[in-house]
Amino acid sequence: MSRQPILTVGNLEKRYGARIGCTEVSFDLWPGEVLAIVGESGSGKTTLLNCISGRLARSAGSVRYRMRDGVIRELADLGEAELRFLMRTDWGFVHQNPADGLRMRVSAGGNVGERLMAVGERHYGCIRRTASDWLGRVEIAGDRIDDQPIAFSGGMRQRLQIARNLVTRPRLLFMDEPTGGLDVSVQARVLDLLRGLVSDLGLAVVIVTHDLAVARLLSQRLLVMKEGRVVESGLTDRVLDDPHHPYSQLLVASIPEA
Amino acid sequence: MTKASPLPDYNFAYLDEGTKRMIRRAVLKAIAIPGYQVPFASREMPMPYGWGTGGVQVTASIIGPTDVLKVIDQGADDTINAVSIRSFFQKTAAVQTTTHTNEASIIQTRHRIPETPLRADQILVYQVPIPEPLRFLEPRETETRTMHALEEYGLMHVKLYEDIARHDHIATTYAYPVKVAGRYVMDPSPIPKFDNPKMDRSPALQLFGAGREKRIYALPPFIEVKSLDFEDHPFSIQRFDKPCALCGAEGVYLDEVITDDRGGRMFVCSDTDHCQSRLTQGQGPTGPLASSGEEAGR
Repeated sequence: MSRQPILTVGNLEKRYGARIGCTEVSFDLWPGEVLAIVGESGSGKTTLLNCISGRLARSAGSVRYRMRDGVIRELADLGEAELRFLMRTDWGFVHQNPADGLRMRVSAGGNVGERLMAVGERHYGCIRRTASDWLGRVEIAGDRIDDQPIAFSGGMRQRLQIARNLVTRPRLLFMDEPTGGLDVSVQARVLDLLRGLVSDLGLAVVIVTHDLAVARLLSQRLLVMKEGRVVESGLTDRVLDDPHHPYSQLLVASIPEA
Repeated sequence: MTKASPLPDYNFAYLDEGTKRMIRRAVLKAIAIPGYQVPFASREMPMPYGWGTGGVQVTASIIGPTDVLKVIDQGADDTINAVSIRSFFQKTAAVQTTTHTNEASIIQTRHRIPETPLRADQILVYQVPIPEPLRFLEPRETETRTMHALEEYGLMHVKLYEDIARHDHIATTYAYPVKVAGRYVMDPSPIPKFDNPKMDRSPALQLFGAGREKRIYALPPFIEVKSLDFEDHPFSIQRFDKPCALCGAEGVYLDEVITDDRGGRMFVCSDTDHCQSRLTQGQGPTGPLASSGEEAGR
């Protein structure tokens, strides 16, 4: 494992006029590490995620990313073309609602193959093989490859979205409530799958969730956010078993099974 | 260009000179950036959208009193769209019109490229309904413009992928996307893919006008035009089993014509001028020259 963090966030701030989206957020993310951002609705989790992943312009602070060639770049200095290329090759983004991350009227194979074609793959047979391989890895039956996601269940759509993101072998994955809106048994399956893929591929992950059980299962480190600020951070087990900040204590206490 | 028109109320070729100049500017820019869609201030024309308002505006801006105009609709000179646009320019510009491809200096077309190879002194003007090749895959115009600017054309291949996944071959038969000079992906207007190879390195200037969508784009002469495909599913054009039932031409694009209400049908040249001139030369399915194997139009 490398001695340098893959992502460094320094004093990040996002303001909506006088209102604070998130402020004074700093952390390092290391290769292969899963970082969970937890907090209640409106605490600035998703704003933070969107700022880090370049989907939202930040008001202040820095986000530095170590590229595949080892060079550390400030994301604000990347051109639009470079940033978009980064987003569809080295990064993945799993949305809470699969319809936001999938093309609902394009077959499952086409959805997975899109990133490959975007980076210049022009051999139909290769694209199809890779797509069916990835559908297998996210436990979608091979005969569903030509079906459109509108014919899929919520859990399958989410798994398809994961496959679509991982097909270019990204090094960093952003996830926004990936199990929100799924029932408990389907959640468990998606989480199980994610945990396996993350450790197999050595992915670095930033995952936003309000569900402490998801954070416990997937992440090694945790940021607790409240009103746009990080109130507590540390190893997941430590924070969940021995929360220091009153808000974290409240959060842990409010969920009996966590 | 200011020669008196037969209708005193209208300027030569209907449009006022200021509008023509604006359109010519867009045309020049389009020629300078092959395949790039140039926005222009499309005018209301005395015809409904979808009937070639873009093509008519381009033609009106480039036509001069000495030009000879030919207008085709699906290859035919005698269909309503072709006839009315031709008479429109006869009235407003008093130009000479023709149905013969080789006599025309400007050819306005809807959905076909003539079979007779075009020359460097000819201009082909296409009527375009939807200029954006990515439209049906990505409905946001802001996004498609960014994709063109950043050369992100992976999505275009997703469409072709879907074709193969569903039909085992690329089933897109018209408006088949092309890449111009290795840069811009362009919609060649709804011409059959049969005509795509004719665009490649054509000596004639090719102009595309979309009136409702307010876009003009162009292919300068001798520009490389490549139809998109996959390595293991290369681009191919339609093939016809039989020659034209009237003139016996092979290697041309054929239209199916229903001849009666008992399922009778025949396949004839879609390019009526090409068919007609072959017939007047004495060629036909039963004529003495029927088997001469002339490879017309290719």
